[in-house]
Amino acid sequence: MKDQINRRQFLRRGGGALAGAAAATAVAPSTSWAAELSTLDEHQGNTILQAVRQIYPHNTMSNDYYNNVVKDLDAEAADNADTATMLKEGVANLDAAMGVKWTDLSNGNQFAVLSAMKDSPFFQKLRGKAVVSLYNNPLAWRHFGYEGSSAEQGGYLERGFDDLNWLENPPEDASPKAS
Amino acid sequence: MANIDFNDDSAVLVIGSGAGGGTLANELCQKGVKVILLEAGARHSIADFQNNEWNAFGQLSWLDKRTTSGSWRVAKDFSGLPAWICKTVGGTTTHWAGASLRIQEHEFKAKTNYGEIDGANLMDWPLSLSDLEPYYEKAEDKLGVTRTHDIPGLPGNNNFKVMYTGAKRLGYQNVHTGRMAINSRPRAGRSQCLQIGFCFQGCKSGAKWSTLYVDIPAAEETGNLDLRPESHVLNIEHDDSGKVTGVVYMDKDGNQQMQKARAVCVAGNSIETPRLLLNSASSKHPDGLANSSGQVGKNYMRHMTGSVYATFDRPVNMYRGTTMAGIITDESVNDPARGFTGGYEMETLALGIPFMAAFLDPGAWGPRFSRAMDNYDHMAGMWLVGEDMPQETNAITLHAEEKDQFGMPIPNVHFDDHPNDIAMRNHAFKQGSAVYDAAGANMVYETPPYPSTHNLGTCRMSDKAEDGVCNKFGQSHDIPNLFISDGSQFTTGAAENPTLTIVTLAIRQADYVAEQLSAQNI
Repeated sequence: MKDQINRRQFLRRGGGALAGAAAATAVAPSTSWAAELSTLDEHQGNTILQAVRQIYPHNTMSNDYYNNVVKDLDAEAADNADTATMLKEGVANLDAAMGVKWTDLSNGNQFAVLSAMKDSPFFQKLRGKAVVSLYNNPLAWRHFGYEGSSAEQGGYLERGFDDLNWLENPPEDASPKAS
Repeated sequence: MANIDFNDDSAVLVIGSGAGGGTLANELCQKGVKVILLEAGARHSIADFQNNEWNAFGQLSWLDKRTTSGSWRVAKDFSGLPAWICKTVGGTTTHWAGASLRIQEHEFKAKTNYGEIDGANLMDWPLSLSDLEPYYEKAEDKLGVTRTHDIPGLPGNNNFKVMYTGAKRLGYQNVHTGRMAINSRPRAGRSQCLQIGFCFQGCKSGAKWSTLYVDIPAAEETGNLDLRPESHVLNIEHDDSGKVTGVVYMDKDGNQQMQKARAVCVAGNSIETPRLLLNSASSKHPDGLANSSGQVGKNYMRHMTGSVYATFDRPVNMYRGTTMAGIITDESVNDPARGFTGGYEMETLALGIPFMAAFLDPGAWGPRFSRAMDNYDHMAGMWLVGEDMPQETNAITLHAEEKDQFGMPIPNVHFDDHPNDIAMRNHAFKQGSAVYDAAGANMVYETPPYPSTHNLGTCRMSDKAEDGVCNKFGQSHDIPNLFISDGSQFTTGAAENPTLTIVTLAIRQADYVAEQLSAQNI
């Protein structure tokens, strides 16, 4: 799957000279959504992706992680006409807020427009889906340093359950040695 | 395994297989009493527990429809999930953390010791600590509670090290890895703790005590237990004399059954137990069974709770190992000079990434929240659990319109904090934060109460029939062969995690029930 290029990545790669340009086939995200989404179109997919990146910003997490949220929303929209309508109208409202495609707004403007909608069912749908789709993903766990399932590896008894070494160890009566 | 006929009215029928019902059923079976044990949930096993927070939540939790009301934040953030408790053989003993503390002497006499508090329906328990002491001993032996019966304490994990350091620097005296129903050595045919770190998701080493793999198999071995999983009780039946005669339930095949019984013991946890009594209303008992006092469903308590999480400059990896083996008990005293009545415990707690995202600050989003998640592996955490005030208006009631999958009215859980709860939580947040500041935290987060894991008081014990639902043995005042066998019995909440006391009361209730059966009183 090709990476969608988001604004930050593009700018970091030295696209600064083009940052102010309105048009921009040069800055348009690449579109591999067409093959992946069934109900949302590529603009809606990219907008929702970027919105979720604003809701739960983790700059060092690539789009690969956030794509899962968009795909899960798309899947829900495929089964539920009300969700589909809510998502499409939500994207349209984001685009209408400043008369420019929301994905073309500055970071600050994107955040301001989205914040103004924070109590809307559309925002809550995105947030509620993302809080599970983004964080309930074993690849995301590795990103955050959470090791996930442990029983099949014998637990942490021999794998660092007490390996913290920047504080003094508690005394025996408070914390007896493992047997 | 016994096979008790539907029309056999000689057995004791227990509803719910958790800390109360599972223990009671086993204790009665060991005495030769035949027991039918009806459990709404399915029978899982250690083999099918999953080290995965959302999967385990779906597998073990009570997710039947419930509604909430009141000013508590749970009603806003988790309006359909007032409680995080279980629907499975073993009940909430599959999910619990294992913290096993005795209620303190002064807490059993809350009214005498705390006095009149506006809006609080305080009352002394109709029993004392000395009544329970022999049974606490037995319960601690049965559960294998560390720091009792020559059982060593558990070794402290990284999360405990941070708590210990901060606590000691702040001047706390009583800080250790807790009194836990988790084997620190192999014991009673079960493994020692492997520090798996998924205590809440079902213990995959079996080191943590649960009725699922301790009491239920022991009861089955006597040949006196007839356990029926996926059997959801709809109604408790009674005759004209007012005695209960049995129950109507939906069996695992979706058929309605009527099982007769000599006595019925209700242990559905503090939401389902009163709901069942209310749903069993009849022309003779229009306000529900055993409800002459009007107190069925009322005085719902969930403990003052909250959490503090803190991030540090160096890694912690708090999720490695036991979820809750760490405690500071200094604040569990009653010291009104602090600005509130009653006390609270401070216990280590960790959540995985999936649940941290959902519960750290429900509804939160944006840079501050995301930065906390970015620092997850540098995070330590604790849970604050203290005595909340019983209020009559905090109550389980039947929803006026909504019905469950069987057509029975669903429960609504109404809760408002009492000013004392708010003052206590405020103090606890400050003290928890101070512990972590003393340990070198760079940021501290105050987390509101989760959907309630401690649910108490809705069929309270009392001396007088007009003040409560059952007597000091959990026997309902109104109906001699109807018993309350779970945490609904608690007259007040005390500061301590309730499971040890629920087990203790069940062991004692088993003695009483067996005596009453022998004497032909029931």
